Amino acid sequence: MEVLKIATAGSVDDGKSTLIGRILYDTKSLTTDKLEAIEKTSKQRGYDYLDFSLATDGLVAEREQGITIDVAHIYFSTKKKSYIIADTPGHVEYTRNMVTGASTSQASIILIDARKGVIEQTNRHFFINNLLRIKDVVVAINKMDLVDYSEEVYNKIKADFSELMSKRDYQDQNITFIPVSALKGDNVVNKSEAMSWYKGAALLEHLEQLDKADIFNAGTPRFPVQYVVRPKTEEFHDYRGYAGKVYGGDLSVGDDIIVLPSKTRSKIKDIYFYDEKYETASRRSSVTITLENDINVSRGDMIVKEGDIPVIDKQFTANVCWMDSNQLTAGGKYVIQHGVNKVLAKVDRINHKINPDYSGIDKEATGLNINDIASVTFKLNKPIFYDQFKNHRTNGSFIIIDTQSNNTVGAGFIQ
Amino acid sequence: MKKDTSHINSLENEAIYIMREVAAQFEKPVLLFSGGKDSITLVRLAVKAFYPAKVPFPLMHIDTGHNFPETIEFRDRLVKELGLELIVRNVQDSIDEGKVKEESGRYASRNMLQTTTLLDAIEEFKFDACIGGARRDEEKARAKERIFSVRDDFGQWDEKNQRPELFDMLNGDIELGQNVRVFPISNWTELDVWSYIEKENIEIPSIYFAHKRKVFLRDGMIWSAEDDVVYRDEDEEVIEEMVRFRTVGDMSCTAAVLSEAVSISKVVEEIRDSTISERGARIDDKRSEAAMEKRKQQGYF
Repeated sequence: MEVLKIATAGSVDDGKSTLIGRILYDTKSLTTDKLEAIEKTSKQRGYDYLDFSLATDGLVAEREQGITIDVAHIYFSTKKKSYIIADTPGHVEYTRNMVTGASTSQASIILIDARKGVIEQTNRHFFINNLLRIKDVVVAINKMDLVDYSEEVYNKIKADFSELMSKRDYQDQNITFIPVSALKGDNVVNKSEAMSWYKGAALLEHLEQLDKADIFNAGTPRFPVQYVVRPKTEEFHDYRGYAGKVYGGDLSVGDDIIVLPSKTRSKIKDIYFYDEKYETASRRSSVTITLENDINVSRGDMIVKEGDIPVIDKQFTANVCWMDSNQLTAGGKYVIQHGVNKVLAKVDRINHKINPDYSGIDKEATGLNINDIASVTFKLNKPIFYDQFKNHRTNGSFIIIDTQSNNTVGAGFIQ
Repeated sequence: MKKDTSHINSLENEAIYIMREVAAQFEKPVLLFSGGKDSITLVRLAVKAFYPAKVPFPLMHIDTGHNFPETIEFRDRLVKELGLELIVRNVQDSIDEGKVKEESGRYASRNMLQTTTLLDAIEEFKFDACIGGARRDEEKARAKERIFSVRDDFGQWDEKNQRPELFDMLNGDIELGQNVRVFPISNWTELDVWSYIEKENIEIPSIYFAHKRKVFLRDGMIWSAEDDVVYRDEDEEVIEEMVRFRTVGDMSCTAAVLSEAVSISKVVEEIRDSTISERGARIDDKRSEAAMEKRKQQGYF
């Protein structure tokens, strides 16, 4: 059983928090005391229904304003899977939070209010999901109860959305349309009786069916060295282990490897996880490997399979999502963190700004404001070992750190 | 044999990755150890992350002086067996120095007072990273917490201005005086922790298992009557029940639950079927809806 991370996106009042609350309620994931707290607060505010958003909007300011400001993480599990939902705010000014939530997710849910249909925000939610190459996307058409569970309304929205899909860059994305009513519980966990015309799976049923091939993009193995383990004890006198997480594909004992940037060749001698040896390290496992030869490897180096090496370069172009209130401009200097590697970077040029609603690009842009998305070329003080984001989600992404504030001010996806 | 990545293993892989990032990115990290199941789990993860080398940071216990005696015995045995370094700082000392004032009355607790002792210790040792066992599923303000959570010179959490965390990349860059709180088991649930304890066969303090205890009832909760630090009115009747504790914080604010679970597997079963959340037995969270968010802003874990 894997952990499935899901990002949600929707506009204000699309009922995103209600949907999550409904999932928790119908899977009996809300404990009595949490349910009582929701009942109590709903009553205090004079609502005549349970406000499930109270289960997820954790900050005082969020509850006061009735909106989601920051990504919240919600956990529940079924017999088949464990789920983590990154509940992200949907406003324009929270594009960065949506990007953040989507970056760690393998599936996503885009909510559409059946009464409003595809709106400008829907374009942006879809754009971000596509930009981040989320493999499985559910378009949940919510509030079906308010349009008399009409198949016509559903079909119209589906047709409008399909038009949007033709513009997407990442064509292999799986997209599933589901008509739901989060408030009434139709097609969320249980199949709706009011919409017998819908033959597909309910939302949770769909998520339960996803297997690894549906949610992970295939790639090649990359092993960024995180930490060098040198025990310096009598028992492990000559031990030099390279600790890290395997990304993209598996690594096995006996594999011919190359260490970057030195391009030294060696073979994998042993793979350890704690005190046990393994033949193969699966992707996403945090192992320690030892090599046949005694070579110098340090943090930030990358171990890759021979014949399968990434791009080694001091310059690249990437789609950047800017997350800071100070502008990004050409000539600006930042730290780029690519995996566990940190390098100094200079903005060589801003190629063009991308309107995240499929309305085109702006070639005249000179600076990036918070929540802007743009194609940017960087020059680095030393080479990094990268793949294109479309081929490798982990090794093709990076974050931008402000050298003054140390804050994470942007994220990038290498083209 | 292949190293697999099923549910609990993938959480373990993530936590080990975070432990290694802490050791690599910071100069003086420390693991905050309370003797509770979450921090015991952290110790296990740290041992596994750096094996066969030793854990490259010490443990620190902020002792409220209101700990269950079983917890302290357990703590001392654990550090000895694993050869770890342990630092202890006492809330009592902060009280004696007049830095904090003891609360009084029936809901008095030293839980809030811990913050001062913790912040003083961070300054004393110049710790730049504190690893803690907080989990996002515990409480709704914690659900908003980052894995690397930056605190300013005053130890404060600026919840509206948190660093975005993308993919696996953890940004631990800070200025002198700031520190980072690190939460390797952020994505674990209470059941995950217990399942891990069961799978790894990790030893935990006896109070987590069902035992006979003299208790009294208040506000629908069960309080220990065996320890002086728990305030009890004279008319609150003492009875004996089979109970266990789901968390082992300050005794004065940690209530017990009725239980027959005498083994780890029984506890796992019980939690799987439970309808009350873990922190439902923590009176410190019930003070107001925003109790946790307020404490965190002030530097609490």
